[in-house]
Amino acid sequence: MKLSVDGLLVYFPYDYIYPEQYAYMLELKKGLDAKGHCLLEMPSGTGKTVSLLSLIVAYMIANPLSVTKLIYCSRTVPEIEKVLEELKKLMTYYEKERGQAPKMVGLVLSSRKNMCIHPQVSKERDGKIVDGRCHSLTASYVRERHNYDDSIPICSFYEGFDIEGREVQLEPGVYSLDDLKEYGQERNWCPYFLARYTILHANIVVYSYHYLLDPKIADVVSKELSRSSVVVFDEAHNIDNVCIDSMSVKINRRIIDRSTANIQLLEQTVNEMKEDDAKKLKEEYQRLVEGLRDASVARETDVVLSNPVLPDEVLKEAVPGSIRTAEHFVGFLKRFVEYLKTRLRVQHVVLESPASFLKDVYQKVCIERKPLRFCHERLASLLRTLEIADLTDFSPLILITHLATLVSTYTKGFTIIVEPFDDKTPTVSNPILHFSCLDSSIAIKPVFDRFQTVVITSGTLSPLDMYPKILDFHPVIMSSFTMTLARPCLLPMIVSKGNDQVAISSRFETREDVAVVRNYGQLLVEIATIVPDGVVCFFTSYLYLESVVASWYDQGVVDSLQRNKLLFIETQDAAETSLALLNYIRACESGRGAVLLSVARGKVSEGVDFDHHLGRAVLMFGIPYVYTQSRILRARLEYLRDQFQIRENDFLTFDAMRHAAQCVGRAIRGKTDYGIMIFADKRFSRADKRNKLPKWIQEHLKDSLCNLSTEEAVQISKRWLRQMAQPFSREDQLGVSLLTLEQLHSEEMQRKQQNTADQKL
Amino acid sequence: MTTSSEDVLLQVGQVRYKKGDGTLYVMNERLAWMMDHRDTVSVSHRYTDIKTQKISPEGKPKIQLQVCLHDGSSSTFHFVNRLGQGAQVKDRDDVKELLQQLLQKFKCEINKELEEKNRLLSENPSLLQLYRDLVMTHVISSEEFWSQHALQYMQKHQSQKQDIGVSGAFLADIKPQTDGCNGLKYNLTADIIECIFKTYPAVRKKHLEYVPHKLTESEFWTKFFQSHYFHRDRINAGNKDLFTECAKLDDQELKKDISAGIEDPLVDITSFEDKTLDEGYGTGGDRSCGIQSGNIVHQNMIKRFNQHSIMVLKACQQNTLCHSGSERLEQSGVPEKQASQSNESSPGCSDHLHTAKKLRIQEKLVYDDLESDSKMQHQGTELSLSRVERYLHGPMPGSCEDVLSEDDMHAVTTRLQREAESWCSVSRPQPTALVNPAAAVSALGELTPGGALMKGFEEESLAQLVPADLERELKNLYMSLCELLRHFWTSFPPTTPTLEAKAVRMHEALHRFHSARLKPFEDRVLREFSPLSQHLTSHLNQMLNSAYRKFATWQQRKMQALR
Repeated sequence: MKLSVDGLLVYFPYDYIYPEQYAYMLELKKGLDAKGHCLLEMPSGTGKTVSLLSLIVAYMIANPLSVTKLIYCSRTVPEIEKVLEELKKLMTYYEKERGQAPKMVGLVLSSRKNMCIHPQVSKERDGKIVDGRCHSLTASYVRERHNYDDSIPICSFYEGFDIEGREVQLEPGVYSLDDLKEYGQERNWCPYFLARYTILHANIVVYSYHYLLDPKIADVVSKELSRSSVVVFDEAHNIDNVCIDSMSVKINRRIIDRSTANIQLLEQTVNEMKEDDAKKLKEEYQRLVEGLRDASVARETDVVLSNPVLPDEVLKEAVPGSIRTAEHFVGFLKRFVEYLKTRLRVQHVVLESPASFLKDVYQKVCIERKPLRFCHERLASLLRTLEIADLTDFSPLILITHLATLVSTYTKGFTIIVEPFDDKTPTVSNPILHFSCLDSSIAIKPVFDRFQTVVITSGTLSPLDMYPKILDFHPVIMSSFTMTLARPCLLPMIVSKGNDQVAISSRFETREDVAVVRNYGQLLVEIATIVPDGVVCFFTSYLYLESVVASWYDQGVVDSLQRNKLLFIETQDAAETSLALLNYIRACESGRGAVLLSVARGKVSEGVDFDHHLGRAVLMFGIPYVYTQSRILRARLEYLRDQFQIRENDFLTFDAMRHAAQCVGRAIRGKTDYGIMIFADKRFSRADKRNKLPKWIQEHLKDSLCNLSTEEAVQISKRWLRQMAQPFSREDQLGVSLLTLEQLHSEEMQRKQQNTADQKL
Repeated sequence: MTTSSEDVLLQVGQVRYKKGDGTLYVMNERLAWMMDHRDTVSVSHRYTDIKTQKISPEGKPKIQLQVCLHDGSSSTFHFVNRLGQGAQVKDRDDVKELLQQLLQKFKCEINKELEEKNRLLSENPSLLQLYRDLVMTHVISSEEFWSQHALQYMQKHQSQKQDIGVSGAFLADIKPQTDGCNGLKYNLTADIIECIFKTYPAVRKKHLEYVPHKLTESEFWTKFFQSHYFHRDRINAGNKDLFTECAKLDDQELKKDISAGIEDPLVDITSFEDKTLDEGYGTGGDRSCGIQSGNIVHQNMIKRFNQHSIMVLKACQQNTLCHSGSERLEQSGVPEKQASQSNESSPGCSDHLHTAKKLRIQEKLVYDDLESDSKMQHQGTELSLSRVERYLHGPMPGSCEDVLSEDDMHAVTTRLQREAESWCSVSRPQPTALVNPAAAVSALGELTPGGALMKGFEEESLAQLVPADLERELKNLYMSLCELLRHFWTSFPPTTPTLEAKAVRMHEALHRFHSARLKPFEDRVLREFSPLSQHLTSHLNQMLNSAYRKFATWQQRKMQALR
């Protein structure tokens, strides 16, 4: 349908629209008009992606000067592919309605692993190996050498792209991973480099968070994207963790050992080169005197994606004299690694700031801050000079230099923790040095600064006011939408006690209690008996899952579960879990029904949808608090308290509830879908927990559903399931939760007031 | 008489039978004896006919072997080897040993067949009745009955055979019971064993290997329940038992599945991440720690649960695959297709993968309720045209010869009109002159029993006169006769010699049935229920007579043709 959103003509590729989609577009439009950042929460399964795409594409067509580019970031590869398919659908609709598709190029960028078409390299399964092998075939000096020695292998696809690819612009259209690969095959061009080149002028770019948030990658890939872009972070409820992860480093003994070996190899190569080809080293020295300017001009292929943060100042200055010659630099690295080795030799936990670490380095091994900052760039330059093609072997040493650069660049928002052993096994010495980022705003700050509009959206962002605080930005629009429903298609319940009236809770003190575990088991068995098809359960942690399953086995719960449904359990091995998941789906599809035991914060909870029959009921056993004893977490909590005035408990609950909501929300997709959501923990019924659930769940969580025993919950579910199983037609929905164009226009004003969520700004 | 295909397993000379010297042959399917210097076999017993064999007791002067047949007769062979008694005994024992083995083998077969027939009869009461009426009265022979009349039952039985599914909890259902003296008792049913075999093919293999050569059935299962394979939650102490290999096989199978990769992009967790965080980056990454601290026993158990569920599912899917496979076998190419699916590297297959992936994603994307109805319908059924050009152009002038001319068209329409008019006049002469409802109801009333128009009608129908047992008997008669007649008529027209023979045979059978069953029944009816007399059987007789007539005319024609 063609609809007008606040005066903007939007092509929406469906004939009907959900009221909240319209409201969402209205808000989004306001944000785009204001050229500010937005924070929007909309229930999962109400067509967020399609609303976002249709509005922004329409906006780009209407205002080609103010918004030139859409950068859509999503989390997982399947999500990214879904976005592209939606985009294709939208473009087809444009073509149908207007006779021609808008002249836009939309494409995806993914890692080499997903894009490579080289016959041998693409067979590799490990992303790192693909990167390494690609580099060894496409590095500039490799290609140079190939010029006078044909026996040196190069990648014909890259060569093809290098010769003709840059002149030709990609025709307008939407290119998914497979499309790009096909395109590359046809023309003998490398799809990866084609995509990397094309994102600079493409109108719509879809890629993973990391390409924008991880400074190591963003600097290489996304540096030249224009300011007048709209950036969308979809599924952004976890964005702070992504930010933190991309800036943190940890070093254990293995890495130290391997980097020592790396240094030896370097030393040897340098010595050899000094005898054979001293000129080259001298050239490098000269170059370094002039500064690292040329580092930024370096051929794109020479830059491997794992590149640390390179502060701007570094590029402008010359490399300090102390590490300019190759030998000196190798010696410098040796000293630094030795120093780290001594740090790992501690017997007790050490917690210190980057500043005191730097001071200690200076005192112990006389390394100053300045050369440390250049460490990473210096190593990259050396590796280039030494013509070491496969950088994967040097990853430990690169990691160390990364640490050096980070620790000397950022003094605030980071901490250094040295743990001599794991808390669970205090007798086994396994020292780890964590260099941990505490402030998620550091990584995302450049994004907020650089782009005019950043949209952060997800199904579960409640409580909304937390995100501006922890990400340190000021949104112009901040809204949460509910789900208008013609029938109550979700049934959230809080089960607080078992049939024997023993309170159930995953509190640390009671979680191993036999009665609690048994009550959990009973709840699951009863639910599995009455609910058709798929049932998914989430546990707070993998360890808890293991121990509960073990005691269920002893108590016979597993046996009675297996009488009704097949049992599948997430394991720590991703491949095994995938197989279990595949079979879980098969079991649901064959009508046998299955139970999947999974872990909150696990990969299943983050990336797999259990729509329709795949998840008729979701159970959340306990509140998925993060492991609170972790020192990194405690340091972060302290930092949040000091810097942003967020109380520890608030943050912990917020974090736990967003994960709980995320798990539970996996079951609902669309308004024709229905599912039971059971929160099995007494503590969920407390106001501070309940209020942190997303609004669309909270709305249906009536007081009468907040303190149930297993039996009561089963009774309610039975009645509800019978109601849901009745035929549900469009007529039931129309006018309430589904609008035609006419309805949209006639009741527009009234709807708008009803639907727009509380504006908190 | 001995066909060349029958191998002679043992040949013993100098055997006397009924005062004649000859040679005894033990063959694949029968025992034969041939008089010396003759080329015909004078004694021949099929093993299936032999009930038992007897030998003369030790110490008797005559070394003899007697075979008793099922029909009660017997044949005695006297071993008269000239080399003396020792050789005679040896000859006899050789024959006896061999015969014993062979008889055992054939007995199994007979038993199986008999059992099968027995079961069929007990399951199908109508078949049993037919058997009683036709075979027991010697209307047709038993062999003929099974080969011709019961055929459909036997076939139906084969196709109807349905495998039972595998319950997810079948292992849990084997509840051990303490037997009171420090032991455990497991109750196993055939179903459970079948389930175990289906789910764990490795165990089936072991079972085939070990039972009954090395272990007895019960020993095998005892070992099974004792093994770590069954109790995999216990720590595997590395001791070797029967099933260690099974566990390994299962693991290999699982590994194979994992390494085969997962086609569904929405499920393959391993490829979710778009970035490979190097080792050492990130804060979380308690991965390595988690594996260390985890409880190996628990992890094994979880793995086992997954494996169990996967294998149960697989077992069920294999069944369906087999079934559908057998149906589709006629269409060649199905197995090839499956083969190509497993083979990922072929280029055609990757295309297939891509489209499957795309479809899967699109399926996840579409919101049914936002889509308009018309669109959905279009998606549902598509018009499939065998020849598109015909659809596009319609019948073109000159494209086919039998195009009607203008005049013809006119003639046809007028004819059609007239036809339609006549329909009207026939079905309802005057549309206005319909019977009014009241009159109709009263007419109906008159026509029901007791009404004015029903006066001359006999109140008592046959149904009320015939007692229940007679009715049942009549029903059986009908059934048997119909069965015979069916076969009789199917042999017409007798185009082949076999059909001719069948027609003759069936004709005889009909006659036999007539005399053996129908006649006595008629007599009885005449005696006991005289009023009914011929009423009951008139139709039966009519059917028989028409069959006789048909046969007679056929015979006549045949004679004429011969002349």
